[in-house]
Amino acid sequence: MARTTPKRTSPTTKAPKPDRATPRGKAGSRAAAQATPAASSKPSRGGTWDYAPAPETVKVAIAEHYDLFINGEFVPPREGDAHFDTINPANESVLSRVAQGSPEDVDRAVRAAREAFPAWSGLKPIERAKYIFRLARRIQERARELAVLETLDSGKPIKESRDVDLPLVAAHFFYHAGWADKLAYAFPGRAPRPIGVCAQVIPWNFPLLMAAWKLAPALACGNTCVLKPAETTPLSALRLAEICREIELPPGVVNIVTGDGRTGAALVSHPDVDKVAFTGSTDVGKRIAKSVAATSKRLTLELGGKSANIIFEDASIDQAIEGIISGIYFNQGEVCCAGSRLLVQESILDRVVKKLRVRMASLRVGDPMDKNTDVGAMNSAQQLATVQKYLALGIDEGAELVLPGVRGEVEAQTPTRGFSKGYYCRPCFFTGVQPSHTIAREEIFGPVLSVMSFRTPEEAIARANNTPYGLAAGVWTDKGSKIFDVARKLKAGVVWMNTYNKFDPASPFGGFKESGFGREGGVQGLRAYVKLDS
Amino acid sequence: MFESPSVDAVMAAERAASFTKRSIKSDAKRAGLELALSMLDLTTLEGKDSPEKVRALCRKAITPDASDPGLPSCAAVCVYPALVKTARKALAGSGVKVASVATGFPSGQFPLEIRLEDVRRAVGDGADEIDMVINRGAFLAGRYREVADEISLVKEACDHAHLKVILETGELETLDNVRRASDLAIRAMNEAGGAHGHFIKTSTGKVQPAATMSVTLVMLEAIRDWYLETGQVVGMKPAGGIRTAKQSLHYLVMVKETLGGLMPSANGAGGIDGSGEHCPWLTADFFRFGASTLANDVLRQLAWLKRGVYMASHDFSEA
Repeated sequence: MARTTPKRTSPTTKAPKPDRATPRGKAGSRAAAQATPAASSKPSRGGTWDYAPAPETVKVAIAEHYDLFINGEFVPPREGDAHFDTINPANESVLSRVAQGSPEDVDRAVRAAREAFPAWSGLKPIERAKYIFRLARRIQERARELAVLETLDSGKPIKESRDVDLPLVAAHFFYHAGWADKLAYAFPGRAPRPIGVCAQVIPWNFPLLMAAWKLAPALACGNTCVLKPAETTPLSALRLAEICREIELPPGVVNIVTGDGRTGAALVSHPDVDKVAFTGSTDVGKRIAKSVAATSKRLTLELGGKSANIIFEDASIDQAIEGIISGIYFNQGEVCCAGSRLLVQESILDRVVKKLRVRMASLRVGDPMDKNTDVGAMNSAQQLATVQKYLALGIDEGAELVLPGVRGEVEAQTPTRGFSKGYYCRPCFFTGVQPSHTIAREEIFGPVLSVMSFRTPEEAIARANNTPYGLAAGVWTDKGSKIFDVARKLKAGVVWMNTYNKFDPASPFGGFKESGFGREGGVQGLRAYVKLDS
Repeated sequence: MFESPSVDAVMAAERAASFTKRSIKSDAKRAGLELALSMLDLTTLEGKDSPEKVRALCRKAITPDASDPGLPSCAAVCVYPALVKTARKALAGSGVKVASVATGFPSGQFPLEIRLEDVRRAVGDGADEIDMVINRGAFLAGRYREVADEISLVKEACDHAHLKVILETGELETLDNVRRASDLAIRAMNEAGGAHGHFIKTSTGKVQPAATMSVTLVMLEAIRDWYLETGQVVGMKPAGGIRTAKQSLHYLVMVKETLGGLMPSANGAGGIDGSGEHCPWLTADFFRFGASTLANDVLRQLAWLKRGVYMASHDFSEA
């Protein structure tokens, strides 16, 4: 991936300007001085109260460079100087240099996993469970540090890595630790056996959580793993490698090989891999499917999405607005199941758009390390460029770009809040989107929502299903019968009813159509990591 | 006629909880606490209230902390009608308002004429603000017209005094009911003629649960929707159960993030100001806390910010 300086579209790049710490004047005293209840409908200008900066203060040690984690040891890559930068997308500074795993390194890792497999898979299941429980507990103990690291490396707000990512990471290990000695109950009457060596390639949007989704079920089922974290977000996975050592996980059971797409390609095409699990873009997923075809490797893919969030006129609208917001602006919209297509019943379209604008005015965009930031930085210059491309495309195709308080063009998008550096994109949405527009069909993977309307439930279902993807959907209505009827007819792996972006390790997650196949989480997720045939 | 949006209780509670996650530090904390202090309706509503107790409360409202004269006064003192004259006298010239509960507070289970007379007397005795209770019996029986008409009549009885309509949300139970009662009260107040209607208020403090974050959020949403529709600003007063400085900041965060993007526009219709600044509801004009014990916790936190030590509760005067 090219690591070029992001091209600034904004001609007026402002100097960094910290958020104002103090409200102008003494709001309290002034308010008291004029504490006359105003009878007029034209009140004074009103009060102001802004939040002071609330930076996360935990400091995390980051080494100057990181090696590969193979067979329980950190080892330099074969080509000793093959390291690349990993960047903090909030300010474009280099955090560390990370090893570029070569095909030879991948081979070493796979061999380590192969050698570890007989002992690990032969371990009494209750002993395996103990290791996984220990991993979960250690992750909880180091949660703050991991959250900070995650935010530094990925650009996501500390609020989310602290309150969403890390709790879910620990929950996934706890949940699957519980399964380790109960697999016979998950598959009654069958004899579940581990598959062997798993090659797991994960994306950059939830770096540690995706590692957990992959490693936890694989380990619980008795497999050994080679994990390839995303090029732009390797640091938290490398911390997890340290934790594996701390809890004395047997060497070779988990191996972590960093690198770019070439490393991933070498891993999934390695002949001694038994199972490939990939989460990422549909393009890469298709390439992997091709490379795995005609081999005995098992494959699960969790790919892109263009998920529909359907709001019926009888929905609780203010709460639906919350669902729209968390659906598309959570994690800067860099979520494969993001509710990026908003389908609103025509009778309430204007009301929803107006309320959405009001609500978006309270979103705080900026420094991901500030505890009050709702939308942080995009993961990379490349991803920001992709989003900007779609913003321009949407305007070209005739949709109207709406920003909170600003009817703007692409120039208004970055940087926000006075950041002169960093890959920021202001949350926004398009109205007047037609189903044939590119922004209604392709995955943008950014804080950009396409708003469309429908008139009847049948039309809503048809529009929602009119996509090559099928990862998730949301349905909002106060009417119980309607919600079940619509949910049944949606071709999506996950359908959220009157909520959005809710995750639980017990609940299976995965797609239809070009969003991939196989499930992660729940009993269904275990299926991908066991052999049931005799 | 009284169609109101439905409310999903699960997502409303989730949103309400999100306001408690904001990190309010240093200057923002001080400004927020001072703002909360200035929005306080210092309240005593007990059978054993005496003129002396009310005078003490009034003194406290004017000068919450004698050792820190820079602090703002509270917004009002809230008492039973029989003590309005005492409060009026004690607060004369201070700018602190006299608020009185009326309309057969807290149950409202009195003949309408008596409830209205209650209001007229309190106003005659010098109350600046009247906190009325709605007819919950009629509301829960679905007689919305009756509830609305009574609010209009009370509004007229208030004359120049400002009206706060107590919904007693603890008795309404569901958020759907809270929303419907809020819409109904806002409409009834504003359609009653005279000055625009003033406040909706959660609770009497005599029924549990009193003010909660979810209930206040739903009421603020009703206020926001009315504003977006008409451009008219209606005030909000959560009352009962807000005891700590931290809670008061949670409520202010909720106000800021629910109503902060709104700005009155020239043509009367509610406008949207993306900057989120200059919010009418971030003043005592349109937001109040009804509380009896909140003041000293706010003062304690302010003292901590100023001096870096936690004072004992006996370092602050009771009221």
